[in-house]
Amino acid sequence: MNNQELELLKMIADIEGTPSGAFNIRANGALQSRSVTENIDIREKTDGNGIEIIIKPNTKGEKVHIPVIISQSGLTELVYNDFIIGENCDVEIVAGCGIHNCGSEESRHDGIHSFFVGKNATVKYVERHVGTGDGKGDRNMNPTTVINIAEGGYMEMETTQIEGINSTKRVTKARLDKDATLVVHEKLMTHDSQYAETDFVVDLDGENSSANVVSRSVAKDNSSQLFLSTINGNNICNGHTECDAIIMDKAHVSAVPKITANHIDASLIHEAAIGKIAGEQLIKLMTLGLNEQEAEEQIVNGFLK
Amino acid sequence: MLELKNVSFSAENDNGQKQILKDINLKIDEGFVVITGPNGGGKSTLAKIIAGIITPQSGQILLDGKDITNLSITERAKLGISFAFQQPVRFKGITVHDLISLASGKAISVADACAYLSQVGLCARDYINREVNASLSGGELKRIEIATVLARGTCVSLFDEPEAGIDLWSFNNLIKVFEKMHDTLGGSIIIISHQERILNIADKVIVVANGTVSQEGKREEILPYLLGKADIACKVLTANCEE
Repeated sequence: MNNQELELLKMIADIEGTPSGAFNIRANGALQSRSVTENIDIREKTDGNGIEIIIKPNTKGEKVHIPVIISQSGLTELVYNDFIIGENCDVEIVAGCGIHNCGSEESRHDGIHSFFVGKNATVKYVERHVGTGDGKGDRNMNPTTVINIAEGGYMEMETTQIEGINSTKRVTKARLDKDATLVVHEKLMTHDSQYAETDFVVDLDGENSSANVVSRSVAKDNSSQLFLSTINGNNICNGHTECDAIIMDKAHVSAVPKITANHIDASLIHEAAIGKIAGEQLIKLMTLGLNEQEAEEQIVNGFLK
Repeated sequence: MLELKNVSFSAENDNGQKQILKDINLKIDEGFVVITGPNGGGKSTLAKIIAGIITPQSGQILLDGKDITNLSITERAKLGISFAFQQPVRFKGITVHDLISLASGKAISVADACAYLSQVGLCARDYINREVNASLSGGELKRIEIATVLARGTCVSLFDEPEAGIDLWSFNNLIKVFEKMHDTLGGSIIIISHQERILNIADKVIVVANGTVSQEGKREEILPYLLGKADIACKVLTANCEE
């Protein structure tokens, strides 16, 4: 891998050198390297359009890295990755995609990730998206995440897209069984004339299932964002969705939360707030000696931390 | 030394222009200065004018002889003016440690940040990584606000009603914090307050009422008069109640 590719890998997966544990690194549309462990197997899907990550029941404390990088301008790809997480596991999965585009053609990664979280398993899923390079070609990513959480399962999803992605359409669909929990923290920043759309649909099917979907975003320059979040309460359940956005310059932000109760004991809340940085926040930081631009940076960085 | 010369400020309200400060002239030397006076008298406006948050329509502000009237908030902060807000600002995502680091102007260690928090009566370990957001109570925010001014350690420290919202137990410690600042930091510590116990530790007391400086002088001179007046006011109220 060249320096740019190594740099991308560090940005999206904190990987320097060869990671320990199980990993699968995909670079420019092909497998770059892979490692499996006793408990975690990674193999090509039989139809050849992606990989399967199979984690044995009761696996605890292990981490899997599955980063994707693209440095070849004009490369577009669509991959299907399946994660099968056994009962009682407690694992962390770090995925992410970095595109470095110096050319003039579009580079695009569309990933469809399906999670099957076993009974009483705990999964932390971290996904980071970054674009770099000063070529005119677009850097686009369209991740779809399909989540099924079995009884008593817990999944925490942390997604971050901080810069450099021209266009993204992020779709997350989740279905929860009895006593299952889903927690989502999304962090998003768009600048220049970028577009980002994020669309969550959560079905709380099981008794006492719960979901908390929280998105924080900053829209700068002429960028636009659309936040859609649907929670359907189909049983005794708790659902909460929150979109909190800072708007700057000439950006556009829409937030469309939707909650539907199909059961008398479904308890659902939505919150959405969009606004510019409060003047008093800037003033406070300026009284500490920061200039207006520095104050703005601190507020934005803190908000997206 | 901080000097205000002929400072006037008026703001627009529903009935047109309202004069908030009229021709204020003040000299504030090093030491402990308490600005007091009735609500709505113009004290907070005066503090904001010193910090550069509000620009007066006329007059001059001098810091150690240098005219700072046209300097921005940032420039004044860099010259050594600190300001603790009456109502501290909340920030989503910025932690107490971040804020104290920003205040001190450098990345400071957790231990150093904790030292400032301990001084204002907060158990540092519980707070250092918390966000300065709505999860903190008003009293906690006030103390963190004071800690940011301690961390700056500048030649002029302005506090707008620091005691408001702070419980009695912490109030005792707060007095100690100001006394310690007085001893170690030097410079001018200017506190807007109505509290007798804060007035009691002042070197100088300034009374601002109806937009003007109605009285100004050493604590020994001003305080008996102020307290006497309060006594008379109380007696009038009691008499009314008894009727």
